Amino acid sequence: MPAAGRRARRRQGRWLGLDLGSLLVVGAAFCLALPVLTVVLTALQPAGPVWRHLAETVLADYLINSLLLMLGVGAGALLVGVPAAWLVSLHEFPGRRWFEWALLLPMAVPAYIIAYTYTGLLDYAGPLQSLLREQFHWSRQGYWFPEVRSLPGAIIMLALVLYPYVYLLARAAFLDQSVAVSEVSRTLGAGPWRRFVAVSLPMARPALIAGVSLVQMEALADYGTVQYFGVGTFTTGIFRVWYGMNDAAAAAQLAAQLLLFVFALLVFERASRRRARFHHAGNRHYRARRQPLSGRAGALAGVACLIPLLLGFVIPAAQLAVWALRTAPQMIDGRFWPLLAHSLLLASGAALLILALALLLGYGLRLRPHPLVRLAVRAAGLGYAVPGTVVAIGVLLPFAAIDRRVDEWARGWLGISTGLLLSGTVVALLFAYCARFLPVALQSVEAGLSRIRPSMDDAARALGSSPKGVLGRVHLPMLRGSLWVALLLVFVDVLKELPATLILRPFNFNTLAVRTYELASDERLADSASFALAIVLAGIGPVILLSRAISRAKSDHDAVP
Amino acid sequence: MTPFLELNQIDIAYPPRRVIQDVSLEMAEAGIGCLLGPSGCGKTTLLRAIAGFEPLQHGAIQLEGRELSRPGWTLPPERRRIGMMFQDLALFPHLTLADNIAFGLRAWKAKERQSRVGDLLRLIGLDDDAKRYPHQISGGQQQRVALARALAPRPRLLLLDEPFSSLDVTLREGLAREIRAILLREGIGGLLVSHDQFEAFAFADEIGVLRHGRLLQWDSAYNLYHRPADRFVAGFIGQGVLLSGRMGEGSRVCTELGDIDGMSLADCAPGDPVEVLVRPDDVAHDDASPLTAEVVERAFRGADFLYTLKLASGARLLCLAPSHHDHAPGERIGIRLEIDHLVMFRTA
Repeated sequence: MPAAGRRARRRQGRWLGLDLGSLLVVGAAFCLALPVLTVVLTALQPAGPVWRHLAETVLADYLINSLLLMLGVGAGALLVGVPAAWLVSLHEFPGRRWFEWALLLPMAVPAYIIAYTYTGLLDYAGPLQSLLREQFHWSRQGYWFPEVRSLPGAIIMLALVLYPYVYLLARAAFLDQSVAVSEVSRTLGAGPWRRFVAVSLPMARPALIAGVSLVQMEALADYGTVQYFGVGTFTTGIFRVWYGMNDAAAAAQLAAQLLLFVFALLVFERASRRRARFHHAGNRHYRARRQPLSGRAGALAGVACLIPLLLGFVIPAAQLAVWALRTAPQMIDGRFWPLLAHSLLLASGAALLILALALLLGYGLRLRPHPLVRLAVRAAGLGYAVPGTVVAIGVLLPFAAIDRRVDEWARGWLGISTGLLLSGTVVALLFAYCARFLPVALQSVEAGLSRIRPSMDDAARALGSSPKGVLGRVHLPMLRGSLWVALLLVFVDVLKELPATLILRPFNFNTLAVRTYELASDERLADSASFALAIVLAGIGPVILLSRAISRAKSDHDAVP
Repeated sequence: MTPFLELNQIDIAYPPRRVIQDVSLEMAEAGIGCLLGPSGCGKTTLLRAIAGFEPLQHGAIQLEGRELSRPGWTLPPERRRIGMMFQDLALFPHLTLADNIAFGLRAWKAKERQSRVGDLLRLIGLDDDAKRYPHQISGGQQQRVALARALAPRPRLLLLDEPFSSLDVTLREGLAREIRAILLREGIGGLLVSHDQFEAFAFADEIGVLRHGRLLQWDSAYNLYHRPADRFVAGFIGQGVLLSGRMGEGSRVCTELGDIDGMSLADCAPGDPVEVLVRPDDVAHDDASPLTAEVVERAFRGADFLYTLKLASGARLLCLAPSHHDHAPGERIGIRLEIDHLVMFRTA
């Protein structure tokens, strides 16, 4: 029986078995789950005329487009991520060590930014089509060229930046597979191709499903790409209903439909993760030697890894850099620096706030593992799966209601109008960020805390440390890494967040992401590049962290058992 | 004279369950003891109460005459001068071996601290590895570092919570002997928690057998084996069977194997049903004996055979015979009882 469990049982016997600390944790978790609850409850109300109109006209389009997007992006991510992971984890070829982490780089590029750059590159006036026309003397209309701004285009854009999720999980699954299984299949006469199809791939299936589910959640949550490409999905629909028809209930109905999809994926993902744990039963200290690929096979493997890297990172980043070099002198003006400061301040403020909340929930779970506390923290942890648009609607509705009540009361009793106190202020924005990005920080904090076993607390006490001393001499140094990781991940996520920021930002309050979006919407793609490049550069931070975690895991494996 | 360690009628509870009930024990001097019992018997809880991690509902704990715990008051672990080795070792992964060992020496002067850490590293044979981290050394070495860390602040008592369970058998015995020698040399008391009686026999002078939160017996290994206080201890320590019989006249007991000279139980009248503990070494193999039993199973153990025998009534008996007496299952062999101290219990 773990010591924490014992301690908790001793503290029972207050309100519902909860003491003040636990109540605080449950309360915070409830607040964080509020946006989702709001959306669900609003959607349960009878539908209004706007909703009926939507259902008759565009809802089927939204549904089909969202489904196609989800399936297409999932398939695309598999197609790119699995072969890359298989090559990198089980083979040796020139550049493999470098590809192992470089293949993560596309994660640094938000989907809407890659969509802007490829539009600039590939549309009618772009460099590629111009070059083709010049070379082959094509007339202005007399040829066919694939349209980037379309559903297939959106699928490709999203797949190019989301495949690393599949790549990461697939890579880990391939590495964890027992050597014995592979050796057994060799003694049974299976060649490399059959080993991959009949053994490696089925064994990695739970991990692959988990990866694809994550990718699909991100695809459903995307707003910037589909909006720019004019593809009607749930997210763009929510915006249209919200801004165009001003109907909160109908927007919430749409948001609830979207949630349904997301939760289905979430259940799917959790279930496969659980199965993945049972699936690899290998000896962790004994790994297969990588199959060396030389000559043509090695070169082919290198090319296969280079393509997603080029398309997902190098080309868009290069295009951004070219544009930025050209337009930066005009764009980096008196308004740029306050905008940058705004963005950084908002992101770091949100990151600190979220870290504090994550610590509260993480320690709550560690010190008071009451079932209700556990449930509350898990519920608050669902937020990352919830699209930013949904969170924004879920924040705006209750905040607006509170503002209205306060305003009525103030006018009635004090004769003054308080106007908007919460909605339309930074408070609403921060709250939405907390609801959406808390899970990112919580995961990191929990991982850090789980490394500090309860016996370490006890050992430190037995060696003469006071409880405060344990915190300072054991917890803080052991947690420090996880805390920085949590801060950085949330910081970057907030920096590139678009839909929730668009809906909730105070009037005339701009961030890098919003400015990029506005300029791109005005077809000023080149002008937006400086802002976009700043976001991409910041996004490289988490990629470096991830790749360091990968190489650290590797050196642990190589150490003495 | 005040005893070294004294537990006086201790109760520990995680409401509504009482985990430890009415446990008393006394270690006269800084010797080495062991709490032995099946898993879930409360032995780790008792150890943690001595360390100061669990409060008492009833009773008191004293170390060298100083009160450590009583209901409503628990001297914090950091002020008890009690060291502890944990089952999972709990080495601090963010500190080097030297810093791990120095963790409890914060209040010491830098110079003394350095020399103490150096001494301990030498003692455990890791003086060249001071700057390495716990994950870089082997399991046995980690065990030694955990020991050195616990010993560094010169505790009066060292508690060991199954610290050898992750080691293989040979390493386990060697390390247990080493730790025992170090504790005796430094005059530090030791209290081990274990579920393995051989580990307990090898390590401790006094052993307590716990079951369902109660201390059944606190005694030497010899007495636990030969004079178990109750039926559970008799079955838990060593091998043996309980043979039913009937109280005869005086101190005689009538069993299937004949009358045995025994002892008189307090509240037993002649004719009352009793049970007699028969160890494998109490049953001698004797071809000349008129008493025979059928071999059901045999286990070759090198120097001897352990036979499982069936008596006429169907009761089983264990018999230890030198290994040149080889009998196949199904054979009947002659046996003779050779009991020095008769252990018997009234049939419940």
